[in-house]
Amino acid sequence: MAKVTVDGIAVEVPDGCNTLQACEAAGVEVPRFCYHERLSIAGNCRMCSVENAKYPGRLVTACVTPVRDGMEILTDTPAVKAARHGMLEFLLINHPLDCPICDQGGECDLQDEAVAYGRDYSRFSESKRAVREKDFGPLVGTAMTRCIQCTRCVRFCAEIAGVPELGAFGRGEAMEIDTYVNHPLSSELSGNLADICPVGALTAKPYAFVARSWELRKTDSTDVFDAVGTSIRVDSRGPEVLRVVPRLNEDVNEEWLADKGRFAIDGLKRRRLDICWVRRNGKLERATWPEAAAAIEARISRLDGSRIGAVAGDLVDVETMLALKDLLASYGSVNLDCRQDGAAVDASRRDFYLFNPTIAGIEQADAVLVVGANPRREAPVLNARIRKRWMKSNLPVGVIGPEADLTYPSQAIGSGPETLAALLDGRGDFAEVLKKAERPLIIVGQGALARPDGTAVLAACWKLAAACGALTPEWHGFAMLHTAAARVGALDIGFLPKPGAKGLPEMLHGGVDLLWLLGADEFDVGAIGKDTFVVYQGSHGDRAAARADVILPQAAYTEQDGTYVNTEGRVQRARAAVQPPGEAREGWKILRGISAYVQKPLPYDDAAAVRERLAAANAVFARYGVLERGGCADQAGPAAAGALNGAPFVPPIANYYQTDPISRASPTMAECARVHAPQPAPVAE
Amino acid sequence: MAKNDPAAVGAVQPEHFAFDAESEAKLAVILKRYPPGRQASAVMPLLDLAQRQMHRTTGSGWLPLAAMDVVADRLQMPKVRVYEVAKFYSMMILQPIGRYHLQICTGTSCWLRGSDRVAEVCKKVAGIENFGETSADGMFTLSGVECLGACVNAPVLKVNDDYYEDLDAESTEKVLEALKHGEHPKPGPVNGRQASAPEGGPIALASLTFDKAE
Repeated sequence: MAKVTVDGIAVEVPDGCNTLQACEAAGVEVPRFCYHERLSIAGNCRMCSVENAKYPGRLVTACVTPVRDGMEILTDTPAVKAARHGMLEFLLINHPLDCPICDQGGECDLQDEAVAYGRDYSRFSESKRAVREKDFGPLVGTAMTRCIQCTRCVRFCAEIAGVPELGAFGRGEAMEIDTYVNHPLSSELSGNLADICPVGALTAKPYAFVARSWELRKTDSTDVFDAVGTSIRVDSRGPEVLRVVPRLNEDVNEEWLADKGRFAIDGLKRRRLDICWVRRNGKLERATWPEAAAAIEARISRLDGSRIGAVAGDLVDVETMLALKDLLASYGSVNLDCRQDGAAVDASRRDFYLFNPTIAGIEQADAVLVVGANPRREAPVLNARIRKRWMKSNLPVGVIGPEADLTYPSQAIGSGPETLAALLDGRGDFAEVLKKAERPLIIVGQGALARPDGTAVLAACWKLAAACGALTPEWHGFAMLHTAAARVGALDIGFLPKPGAKGLPEMLHGGVDLLWLLGADEFDVGAIGKDTFVVYQGSHGDRAAARADVILPQAAYTEQDGTYVNTEGRVQRARAAVQPPGEAREGWKILRGISAYVQKPLPYDDAAAVRERLAAANAVFARYGVLERGGCADQAGPAAAGALNGAPFVPPIANYYQTDPISRASPTMAECARVHAPQPAPVAE
Repeated sequence: MAKNDPAAVGAVQPEHFAFDAESEAKLAVILKRYPPGRQASAVMPLLDLAQRQMHRTTGSGWLPLAAMDVVADRLQMPKVRVYEVAKFYSMMILQPIGRYHLQICTGTSCWLRGSDRVAEVCKKVAGIENFGETSADGMFTLSGVECLGACVNAPVLKVNDDYYEDLDAESTEKVLEALKHGEHPKPGPVNGRQASAPEGGPIALASLTFDKAE
């Protein structure tokens, strides 16, 4: 530890920490542009100059200067003030004065710092630099004339996103940021460039000229487009969600957000179900809530519980699933399924289906085996954490499954279960790596489980984890990577067929007479029996709604309070930012209303009562946000059945940008899919 | 000059580039200079090598994207990092260029000693009007550069790797005409002066005579 004083405030900071961090520790604000705590240090904006009392009048750049014991830092001297004036004057020489039409206006570092540390006049009367417009693809908007060459974006791409596509070309005043050569950014984290850019040079393209930051109402929420459960802030104005930005959450997403979570929100305004529909004489017709409820009652009251089934989709909140489970239970039905992909699962113990080491825990792993997953596509933010671990020191990563660029070096060790069996026998180089590792991490993707021998693969993965020492009282290295935000919550409340009850495959082809779909669109809708009465409760008119006999319009995740459990098992809440459109209602309220209509009223009337019921169903719902990482107490594995077959693992996500009803309704995501799905042809090679 | 115009990149790019045997031999020597794992340090010599190969084989010493990609692959570094280096240094030419790159010093010393006239002659012989242009026959590309570090021999014209010094209109024309005819005039001062020694001697201290001190 080094003892330093900053403007007379004594602080103790770790050795090797830089002067800027010492100033922050003392609570003294130092302006900066290029320095970012999660990126490497460039030291090129010179804005953080401070003075060392030992050498009066000589400025030191705080971000690149390590602290020394006994150092006296001054940030408020005339020399420092003059330096800040000077730096801002230089930066503003070539910065256009277009703040009134700039998307960054109101939340711009340069604007703020010019007000706080700059002069109120300019001495520059020559003509300003202008930079040719760039095209970074459908998500990142560019106005490179505003660029102040801090190179944060270049470092972000190279270090965090792991896709070194941006570079600083040319030199001096002519330096420009561009891609190599004119092709769109291929990262799933590219939206974060708009956040780290300290000026308005890189902005969110779909948000261009949409709103000013001070007009927005900000609602803290949770992302539902993957199972990471990224903390987000939903910015809305009136009835519209205008943008989504990440919130700081060191345990989950640090400060990043994947592109789908950020940009699929324009799907919330399209293809919405805002009124009830009932099929009469083979045609869907508009209906009122009582008419829809009556149509359901006419059917459901004649049925035996075993002929009723329900399937929950990937974006559904736990409250709604629990209400539907309770409603079906009152008819004696336990035909429930939350696995549209048919993934094998053993819900008898929570650690059989969780990402046990936790996302932050990835940083302690010293070897990673990925089985049937592509974390880059399935959970980009989680993948960034693996990359962060790899950046720290070399991390052996083995992949069983389709080869993919994960943004860090990985070793393809096989394509299917036979490689898993080989590792279990201790054959192959990677078996040695796993054995030597102190904290091996085995990531099991849905691509390994959504297949006929899924149960056997799951058991084999657990066995492998036990064999290579991943399951100890200190470390739990069995990590299941889910793709659906609703999945873990559904498993926690037991939205699964009990033994003997029907799962999704049995409900299809006439297995049930009434099928209740909760936003479930990701299975083959054509396989539903011809005479099955389908109730579709959801927010978007997607595949399944077209097949439905009754459509109940539900609020989307930005329009209702809802609980989600991420792949780690962290219970989090999404909050209502805007009103649902038209007649749409909150999910559990719809079910509460229907239950009253069919005279089997559910025993809760308000959100608090639902939460109480939730906590009674599973104690994990009593605590929000927090998660304790534990070791593995019991090495006994999930139930095994059947034998492994030889078929290679198939990735569960073929097209990252369109995986659910909201993103399929989003024009921005459609454009991304168009640009990225067929790999862009190599330019002039 | 227009060589750093990104819009033009890709317009005339060849599809493929590969180091030939002559370059490969030099490349092996260059790579040995750097410790294992630090091969990326060789990016500048390799880019230069590629550019020289282009000059040798096509008569136009420039760096196509394909060549930068080959260098990136060789050194196992991201392509964009190689492109950054190439764009930074004006010695890396990213567009086709004439067989002889005429770089005329427009710095103060050369200007005082008549670089304007040298430039005029260059334009006249090459048949071009401005700096940055290439003659119709692809023989000359003219650039104005700042100090070439040979002020003592001003005005200076750099032709590819060679300096022609102490020029005037007449001698410039002679040099360029010789180049046009495939000759290679002797580089250095064109007025018979030895290196940067005083014109007309003395050329060595030994030839000086000094009055004995009283």
